[in-house]
Amino acid sequence: MKTDQTLGERLRQQGISRRGFLKFCAATASLLALPPGMVPVIAAALEKARRPSVIWLSFQECTGCTESLTRSDAASVEDLIFNTISLDYHHTLQAASGTGAEDARESAMKENWGKYVLVVDGSIPTANPGYSTIAGISNVDMLMEAAAGAAAIVAIGSCASFGGIPHARPNPTGAVSVSDLIKDKPIINVSGCPPIPVVITGVLTHFLTFGIPELDELHRPKAFYGKSIHDRCYRRPFYDKGLFAESFDDEGAKKGWCLYKLGCKGPTTYNACATTKWNQGTSFPIQSGHPCLGCSEPDFWDAGGFYHALSIPTGDTAQTVLYGAAAGVGAGVALGALYRAGKAHAVHQHEKVTINDLEKGG
Amino acid sequence: MSGPTLARGLNAFKEQIDAPTASFFSSCVHCGMCAEACLFFTETRDPKYTPIYKLEPLRKVWWQEYTFWGKLASTVGLSKPVTDAELTEWETLVYDSCTMCGRCTMVCPVGNDITYMIRKMREGMAASGHAPPGLIGATQRAVTIGSPMGVKYPALEAQIRHTEEEIGFSIPVDVVGADYLCTLSSMEIMNFPEYIGAIARIFHETGVSWTISSEAFEATNSGIQIGVSEIAAVLVERIVKAAEKLKVKAVISPECGHAYMAIRWEGPNLIGRPYSFKVVHILEVLDELRKAGKLRTTGKESRRLTYHDPCQISRRGGVYEQPRNLLKMVAENFVEMPDTGIMNWCCGAGGGVSANERAEVLKMKAFKRKKAQLDAVAPDALVTACANCRIQLEEGLEENHMDIPVISLTETIAEHLAGETHPEARPS
Amino acid sequence: MTETEFLLWVRGPAFQIATVIFVVGSIVRILEIMILGRKPNLAEARGSAVAGGLRTIITRSWPDRGTFKRSAVTLVSGYVFHAGLFVTILLFAPHILVIDEVLGISWPALPTPLVDATTVITIIALVVVLLHRIKDPVLRFLSRFQDYFVWFLTILPVITGYVAFHRIGLPPPTLIAIHILSVELLMIAFPFTKLAHAFTLFISRWYNGAIAGYRGVNS
Repeated sequence: MKTDQTLGERLRQQGISRRGFLKFCAATASLLALPPGMVPVIAAALEKARRPSVIWLSFQECTGCTESLTRSDAASVEDLIFNTISLDYHHTLQAASGTGAEDARESAMKENWGKYVLVVDGSIPTANPGYSTIAGISNVDMLMEAAAGAAAIVAIGSCASFGGIPHARPNPTGAVSVSDLIKDKPIINVSGCPPIPVVITGVLTHFLTFGIPELDELHRPKAFYGKSIHDRCYRRPFYDKGLFAESFDDEGAKKGWCLYKLGCKGPTTYNACATTKWNQGTSFPIQSGHPCLGCSEPDFWDAGGFYHALSIPTGDTAQTVLYGAAAGVGAGVALGALYRAGKAHAVHQHEKVTINDLEKGG
Repeated sequence: MSGPTLARGLNAFKEQIDAPTASFFSSCVHCGMCAEACLFFTETRDPKYTPIYKLEPLRKVWWQEYTFWGKLASTVGLSKPVTDAELTEWETLVYDSCTMCGRCTMVCPVGNDITYMIRKMREGMAASGHAPPGLIGATQRAVTIGSPMGVKYPALEAQIRHTEEEIGFSIPVDVVGADYLCTLSSMEIMNFPEYIGAIARIFHETGVSWTISSEAFEATNSGIQIGVSEIAAVLVERIVKAAEKLKVKAVISPECGHAYMAIRWEGPNLIGRPYSFKVVHILEVLDELRKAGKLRTTGKESRRLTYHDPCQISRRGGVYEQPRNLLKMVAENFVEMPDTGIMNWCCGAGGGVSANERAEVLKMKAFKRKKAQLDAVAPDALVTACANCRIQLEEGLEENHMDIPVISLTETIAEHLAGETHPEARPS
Repeated sequence: MTETEFLLWVRGPAFQIATVIFVVGSIVRILEIMILGRKPNLAEARGSAVAGGLRTIITRSWPDRGTFKRSAVTLVSGYVFHAGLFVTILLFAPHILVIDEVLGISWPALPTPLVDATTVITIIALVVVLLHRIKDPVLRFLSRFQDYFVWFLTILPVITGYVAFHRIGLPPPTLIAIHILSVELLMIAFPFTKLAHAFTLFISRWYNGAIAGYRGVNS
């Protein structure tokens, strides 16, 4: 899979017309919310791009991120991407297995040391390295070794970005994110469970063209994670009007009202679902009538329940109030008794005031 | 008798605090609206006259004795007890600048009855020796002599004789079985004795059976002004004894503000038992007579008249419709003041202030509020139903060079009495 | 502590603690007042104390003309921010949801943009209240640390709520957590400060009206 061909040469070889290529660059530019003037820049960069080596390490993951990636749009676009990068190691997509696969990885790393892009999906267990191994090598060890020679790391999915499902309470495997372990390399988090297909490819394209995109404080590209679902949700007018679905098949639900009361995490979730949507722009969870889980945010599994609205207290408040009231009555009666005793004492102490008691010193 | 001490004062505060007091202190949000209701503040603009501020020592005791955090704080020494110096500082606030007029009570948005608490606070102030000297003197005279002005029965007797000569018939004294026992204020006896003639003529004309008691003629009660309940009780008890002795149906409170408050509202609570007789204000009696058709008048005042509501009778006493009913009988040009009825402004001299020489200057400043009302109405004469208000109003009007006579409502009714029984006794 | 953990702590244990303190404190305060009792009135009544008490609870909210003119700034700014708090707290959809979860009752909400505008008006009114308190001689004279502290505790949820709603500055879970925390601070301070007037004013107005009503006066 290694070649010194540039992408441009490769594409022409494949019979991709210049027009088709430029169409792709234009689509990419608009996806990244870049002005049309950037299209020639993208085209020039991609033209010259030598297919960089990409090592994709899958750790404690469900393979959903890979599944998502392979659902990315028309096949031809994916073909472009896979012919523009040299995907030197990927469990699901590679043909090789066993020592052959591991040898491929090791030689790719050695040849491209300091220049390859490391893509990671899945969390890394630290409680016991044996919880997840590949060819007898623990995830931790493999990550540390691979990261050392990487130019940059892209953490795909919420597991790699924040710890994801394995990280949920009680986190028996001691799962952590890539950022928890690697501190000395640039990391881009492409979170989501899974991330949107075109978001994955869009980030990779941006990285190839321009380098690391502008990131938010969670190291996610602002181009895709800069706005919340709530701010782009088509059901927002219902939220603003106070029209909420109360259950999954009531009138409100049927009318497509806001799902806030059913636990939608849209207001605190940053992703492109509301605009880019899924399955080539077909739909996204809210549109299908299910509240947003907040899957691109850290600890979304532990955020108090998918069907509990964000602002609701999570304890049994009714019980607290009852116990509190009982305690309050008890304390109040006790204090009241104390005060009455004090007052009675004062009454008892009262000496009758006569006209001789009115003047000081007389 | 150990004399006044700080301990007795603080003890009295502690005794006096009850559920309403605790509720009021809990509710105060420091909005300052009570200040704009108090004539001592409005006419001096000195914030220390803010009514709720006058209660600060009492509030401290409430907090320290009757709240969890306060009691904890004072137990561990984080909150210091009220000092004698503080009470000295508060003396002029609680006495000189407060007539217990009750306007602040009407205005407080959270419903605090500040007047109620001032009355209670005075118990502690007096017991610790912080009552004004003038008021102490008046109280001592009231107890020992029977009148705060030192008026003894012989002086009253002389006025009665003089009046009998004028009206031409006798005034009943110590009549057992009379319907009404009439009490009088020393102020009326000494300064406005025409009042005695007025009620005598009205009762004579309307056939009311009444009497004065030679043993208990004094209606005023320095005890409630100085704020010592046991002394107030002693003074009320005199009237109660006389009423029971003379077997009257009702006791009449005269044209005096706090006298009505003392005998009508505080009395039974002071002596610890309900009365076996009723208590009415002279204006209530007159209005009943009017309603029964027995009180008939002739002619009407054409001068422009307005009415000053004595605080303890109107707002604090509940007798505010009767004076207007009576005035309408004899006045064709009656106008209300701005802020009238139960929201009328105090004259500035009630609640012991007039007995307190130290408060003279402040009292005259406070009068400016009444002056402003009068300037707005521009009456030819000012009618009222309290002798103490009359003195203050006359003094204030004179000091401000205002030529407005102050007249008594009862006397005005008497002047227009349509009498057939003794027409020759009517003044021309 | 991560953002989510902070929000969960604020929504979870912190809310329970604040609720306990609020409930215990408020009940204790009411009992502290009521248990002191009141001596029965032996004077003959002219009017009804009960009718007077009930009446004053309502009528005391409407000052007479003269009083209004003398205290216009206090009354207007006070009523505006109280009304504003009522709208922003009780007529805002997410808040009604909390109440529904905790108490099981709910009612229709006002459209969110209206509540948003009301929030701004409330903040302005509260600022006016503070400026008035600082500049007016009587208020400046009367005010203690507690008056300013309580003002701060009151405006904090309004401001943090506005900021959280508009997601200004920090990540939304953190903003929401700060907002809820500010409400919890208010809950904790409630029974022990003048904020208690929210429930004791009913008792005070009652007594005021009862005492006056007994004498035949509508206070």
